[in-house]
Amino acid sequence: MVTIYERKPAHERKPGLSRRELLKRGGVGALLVISGSAVISPEHAWGLETSALKPETMATLIQMARDIYPHDQVPDKYYAIAVKAHDEQAGKDPAHKDLIEKGIAELDLKSGKDGYTGLGWEEQRVAVLREIEDTPFFQAVRGGLVVGLYNQKEVWPIFGYEGESYSKGGYMARGFDDIEWL
Amino acid sequence: MAAPFDLKNDGVVVIIGSGAGGGTLGNELAQKGIDVVILEAGARHEYEDFINDEWDSFAQLAWTDKRTTSGDWRVAKDFPNLPAWIVKAVGGSTTHWAGASLRFQEHEFKTLSTYGKLEGANLLDWPITLAELEPYYAKAEDRLGVTLTNNIPGLPGNNNFKVMKAGADKLGYKECHTGRMAINSEPRDDRNACQQTGFCFQGCKWGAKWSTLYNEIPKGEATGHLEVRPNAMAFKISHDAGGKVTGVVYADKDGRLQEQKARIVAVAGNSIESPRLLLNSASSQFPDGLANSSGQVGKNYMRHTTGSVYGVFDKPVHMYRGTTMAGIIRDEARNDPSRGFVGGYELETLSLGLPFMAAFLNPGGWGRSFTTALDHYDHMAGMWIVGEDMPREENRITLHADIKDEHGMPVADVHFDDHANDTAMRNHAYKQGSALYAAVGATRTFPTPPYPSTHNLGTNRMSEKAADGVVNKHGQAHDIKNLFVSDGSQFTTGGAENPTLTIVSLAIRQADYIAEQMSAKSI
Repeated sequence: MVTIYERKPAHERKPGLSRRELLKRGGVGALLVISGSAVISPEHAWGLETSALKPETMATLIQMARDIYPHDQVPDKYYAIAVKAHDEQAGKDPAHKDLIEKGIAELDLKSGKDGYTGLGWEEQRVAVLREIEDTPFFQAVRGGLVVGLYNQKEVWPIFGYEGESYSKGGYMARGFDDIEWL
Repeated sequence: MAAPFDLKNDGVVVIIGSGAGGGTLGNELAQKGIDVVILEAGARHEYEDFINDEWDSFAQLAWTDKRTTSGDWRVAKDFPNLPAWIVKAVGGSTTHWAGASLRFQEHEFKTLSTYGKLEGANLLDWPITLAELEPYYAKAEDRLGVTLTNNIPGLPGNNNFKVMKAGADKLGYKECHTGRMAINSEPRDDRNACQQTGFCFQGCKWGAKWSTLYNEIPKGEATGHLEVRPNAMAFKISHDAGGKVTGVVYADKDGRLQEQKARIVAVAGNSIESPRLLLNSASSQFPDGLANSSGQVGKNYMRHTTGSVYGVFDKPVHMYRGTTMAGIIRDEARNDPSRGFVGGYELETLSLGLPFMAAFLNPGGWGRSFTTALDHYDHMAGMWIVGEDMPREENRITLHADIKDEHGMPVADVHFDDHANDTAMRNHAYKQGSALYAAVGATRTFPTPPYPSTHNLGTNRMSEKAADGVVNKHGQAHDIKNLFVSDGSQFTTGGAENPTLTIVSLAIRQADYIAEQMSAKSI
């Protein structure tokens, strides 16, 4: 039995579940759950504590990150790691905190009564993103993802990229010319 | 061992920069017994310190000091403070270069005579010919150990090359091979053979690719006549009342200004820094900067007409395995105006790792159109376009009016607008590259915009007449006879070929000239 918690826009949200409550209720599929100061993926057993940004903001950022660079084979965890830097930067720089919190609030507002994550189809969310793609907020999130997402060594194998090769003696004996279909 | 020279020693030749031009010139002079101090802005990292990781290596080697950009090129929008992807380290961009070592074609030394006057282009014939440079090209090929010269076998083709070759055959191209590469296909000159590791742009950890860092510089140091001073950022070239240069003021590793006295100064800081330094050396006697009576210092900035084409196939390629650039098609390098442009271009294999592919495939791009390309990263093949671009006076390096670096030196602004000929050539190359991959079964191709410039050329150009350029046929300033330019900024025009071999050849030739002039006591 899986209970799905409806995700509401930030202004309507009640404080989230406790971790204990969450564990008691079991997995919630692919959805992310807000609990205290954390975003939790019960299904995949990872959670992300926030310290400066609201956890609801972080959950929306994770969805936004996936909509900007959608790779269906890449789990949410890596998108969460990719946007985590905004929480760290927000802790050091009030202006950055403002940029992200206001940006997400604006995104929710533009998305209708259920907010950004309430839009069910990627194309609906992308339509909202297209409206704001020239804003400093969007560019800060997108720009950060280029390195934040694609420079995670753990995601490289998902794309078939093998990374460092010197320690393995290069590809001389490991398939530099192994193409067979030509 | 390396001889440390005293700051007050005014008998030394001071070279600014340790890359293809400066590093080669330094060794050549040292071999002739001439004392040389090379001031290098960056740190010294030996080849075992290089990193097989694109962003970490970028942080280790790239020149990331602030620069600004303007003009209609896309780099100005996407990478406004990174106009060029070049290196700040001992060895300069020879640590990062791909190794392609091609001679210029005869007509490329005579572009004004061959192409005629083109509106909006500042074409000019070089004051030297291919025939004059040929003996030096031969020396340089031997020095670099260029494959397919001097009985050196070619490199084996990797997967990326095999796709290119199959497509080239289908399109009827005749000249496609693994290139003339300064990468050892077998051990030579105390250098290892290539192990097909990839990461050529991140510095070769085997030392299989020629670099001044581990070839020219240690040889020069062994003579006792060469000192390389790292972390020494040149600030200003000094001169006396007679108009001769007398030394170089630089910021040392602690940021303190020092002055190294000199008998001769050779500038080899690449085509952005070299004119920046000459312009910043303005004085009451030379109010427009040193060697600038023609007004040409900083102008005619060229960056080659570049771009990439990537193709996605229904089966795996793994283009990143092996030598980054060891595959070339030369058929389009000819001058054939019937294609709709003058000059020509090379097509060369290229690959980027996933992190750089994400950054450079379509900068600013997002959404599924972008990400589905990356989803097929291991099914991709790639090639780079290198073509001759038109010199334009408006394309230039200037000193920024307000922004200064940590030493108080104005940063360089790089202005670039494509000439219509550049655009026509790039579009032609995109079409050919896409057709090539389609011929082998690509399901999708990507005409990828130029990266930040790796080939920076022309900003202190050579000319027969002093009014047309900055230096003469030996790279000697028209205005100041003990001041030389030794890097790609002396190129009159850019050719279609990767510039390093020509830079090295000119440096070897220049060393002979400097030695002659010194023994004749004329400088």
